[in-house]
Amino acid sequence: MSEQASVTPDTPPAEQSSEQPAEQESSESADDESFRPVDTGARSVIRALEKADIEYVFGVQGGAIMPVYDELSFSDQLTHVTMAHEQGAAHAADAYGIVSGAPGVCMVTSGPGVTNLITGIADADMDSDPLLALAGQVPTSFVGNDAFQETDTTGITDPITKHNIFSSHPDEVGNDVGAAAALAAEGRPGPTLVDLPKDVTMGETDVEPDEPSTPDTYEYREEPDPVAVKAAAEAIERADKPLLLAGGGVIKSGASDELRTFATEHGIPVVTTMPGLGSFPEDHELSLEMGGMHGPGYANMAISHCDLLIGVGTRFEDRLTGDIETFAPNAAVIHVDIDPSEISKNIEADYPVVGDAAAAITAINDAIDESPTIDDWRETVFEWKDDYPMGYPTPDDRPVQPEFIVEAVDEATADDTIVTTGVGQHQMWACQYWTYKEPRTWVSSHGLGTMGYGLPAAIGARVAADDEQDVVCFDGDGSFLMTIQELSVAVREEMDITFVVLNNEYIGMVRQWQDAFYEGRRTASNYQWVPEFDKLAEAFGARGFSIEHYDEAPDTIQAALEYDGPSVIDARIDPEANVYPMVPAGGNNVEFALEKNQL
Amino acid sequence: MSNTSDDDYQALEGPAPDERPKPRGQRNAQGQRVDPNADSTPDPERVTLSALVKHEPGVLADVASLFRRRQFNIESLTVGPTEDPDRARITLVIEEPRPGVQQAKKQLRKLIPVIAVRELKPDAIDRELALIKVDAENPAAVQSLAEMYGGQAVGAGRETVTVEITGSRPKLEAAVDAFEQFGVREVTRTGAAAIARGTDWTAPVEDEWNAKADTIPPVEADD
Repeated sequence: MSEQASVTPDTPPAEQSSEQPAEQESSESADDESFRPVDTGARSVIRALEKADIEYVFGVQGGAIMPVYDELSFSDQLTHVTMAHEQGAAHAADAYGIVSGAPGVCMVTSGPGVTNLITGIADADMDSDPLLALAGQVPTSFVGNDAFQETDTTGITDPITKHNIFSSHPDEVGNDVGAAAALAAEGRPGPTLVDLPKDVTMGETDVEPDEPSTPDTYEYREEPDPVAVKAAAEAIERADKPLLLAGGGVIKSGASDELRTFATEHGIPVVTTMPGLGSFPEDHELSLEMGGMHGPGYANMAISHCDLLIGVGTRFEDRLTGDIETFAPNAAVIHVDIDPSEISKNIEADYPVVGDAAAAITAINDAIDESPTIDDWRETVFEWKDDYPMGYPTPDDRPVQPEFIVEAVDEATADDTIVTTGVGQHQMWACQYWTYKEPRTWVSSHGLGTMGYGLPAAIGARVAADDEQDVVCFDGDGSFLMTIQELSVAVREEMDITFVVLNNEYIGMVRQWQDAFYEGRRTASNYQWVPEFDKLAEAFGARGFSIEHYDEAPDTIQAALEYDGPSVIDARIDPEANVYPMVPAGGNNVEFALEKNQL
Repeated sequence: MSNTSDDDYQALEGPAPDERPKPRGQRNAQGQRVDPNADSTPDPERVTLSALVKHEPGVLADVASLFRRRQFNIESLTVGPTEDPDRARITLVIEEPRPGVQQAKKQLRKLIPVIAVRELKPDAIDRELALIKVDAENPAAVQSLAEMYGGQAVGAGRETVTVEITGSRPKLEAAVDAFEQFGVREVTRTGAAAIARGTDWTAPVEDEWNAKADTIPPVEADD
């Protein structure tokens, strides 16, 4: 991070304190010149963020939020990253939350500032990412009058937030922000929003916010019930064909070590969901990688044939299950989740275990007296690995295959490299052909499926990552164009990110579906022309590269990775490349297609 | 790589779908494992949920929005103050199959301003109010019919008489029917307000959601 990122005070603190009324010049504040007692709602907002240990704010300025921005300039703790567009601010904050586990904070003005944020909030809601959104609002007396840049922020965001708060008084606004920050991260994480009317942030108050805490009505259970644990443990002991299904909750709970211990101790194979990528090392022999629509055949064979499915931190989303009626039809289901409303929502849980994933896995493992006897099942699963190998052709008469690029970048980077993506074919190739080994290295838009997520997410991930960690964004040409303005942020902040655009000049996944389900009518999916992304990158001030042939890939990838700053590789891939295997939407997982004719 | 079709050089290896072993079981649309040979769609139930909530702006909108976006079938919704000025009570009558009822309770409890949720037992006391305005040609007859339904005239003028009737939904429906003979001009009705019978609590003093979160349903009616 460059220091340019921080908003520096217009006036030195010393000059500010000389303007303070004499009675506030206590000896305490004289010792620490930077300490400024709360005097307005805006300062209380900043103080609450500081007390919540927030370090970064991703945002865009604007009229109604200006009082808070002005106070932000005095904070030594908070660094602001100025984004190009509010959607970018939300995605960057979201990705920051995924990588760090702490709430990502985005801050925008009222009206269009908020409506531009909506996609990012909805994305965080679908993926249970810790996100705190601070939104300016017109003064309270104007609310409801259709004032300039007024919008019904709490009304619009109610369905897509874990909780939102219309802040109504300068004395309370700090605690509103503190509660929203705590709620975003605790229990099942999710997005929260505080609507900040300008009169509230400008209003006078001397109330210092409390330590951030969740409202007293918010409850969740970490330690699972021993009776439920015992029942689950006995079901595992009895099972002939058990299968672990690790979701994003494993990563959010920090339960990867517990999961690995549990799986290896009993030799139970592991399938992950897409958000669960990285929860279990994919180079482990028990890993069957990702299940569902574009998972490898062996993962879906295992899901379809297991007799006990141990789902941890997953909501059994339809891209995983396919047709509910044919999903794991022989399996009793153990469902571990911190949110009781996920239990039996989509798939009935025979053994519900409400609690934190790490605590629950440990408790269940402790309660197992004897490992199940499952040598035959493991053999069967390993045979499926041989029967349904992943792979791709590299014909001389075709452009570069996308899978090759993904594997080449994986080989050129360390295990802790963070991958972000947009949405579409490139995202699926990144799921299939990158070998995820560590939690919090996979940053993508799973539930909402937001094209354009990858670029701003890479910015947030870069801010949250260790300096030594590489950040790679795989994007499609369509996705990249949707939020390309954020490249200016990566350049300005001198961020070391490698963007790999798998460029087929199509909305590729739509083109694939049109070929499969709409008799090849490629309506509105063929861009026919896209910018030269390497040159566009140079225009932004980033380094541009391109790959058109296999033999230039290794050196080009190496050069892009080594460049200390944002670089963009325009990888001209085979425009006809498809993503297989594929379970059609609402289809039976066991009938995954290995080619178009099988759909 | 094997090329099993002319137009798809990318075909992956492996047995085709019809060459694979298939599992025999089946689930229903609710995700419950069922006998593939028997039709087993659970029937909808009509249940009354009572939610104790913080008395603050936006709670009613939160609840209404939740039931709308999750497509729960809602028959009536009422809100009103309680014995505690900081708390309000929302009574909902919904019609859902059992998994939907459980899901509605859990989703409702998840809203931050909601303190407690309970599904009321069938013997709970529930009442609705109807205000029925009829022509004033025979006020005495109107009054005596109102009394038969345990109600009374609450407004009378030269042209109209208005009566109030309280009771269960079927009783109110019968009453509205009966008043048709006088020429009904307008009817206004509330949804149900309900309270648990006897020493039962309508909303538990100590929320049981957390205590029972390990079992399904986490919010259980008294039994």
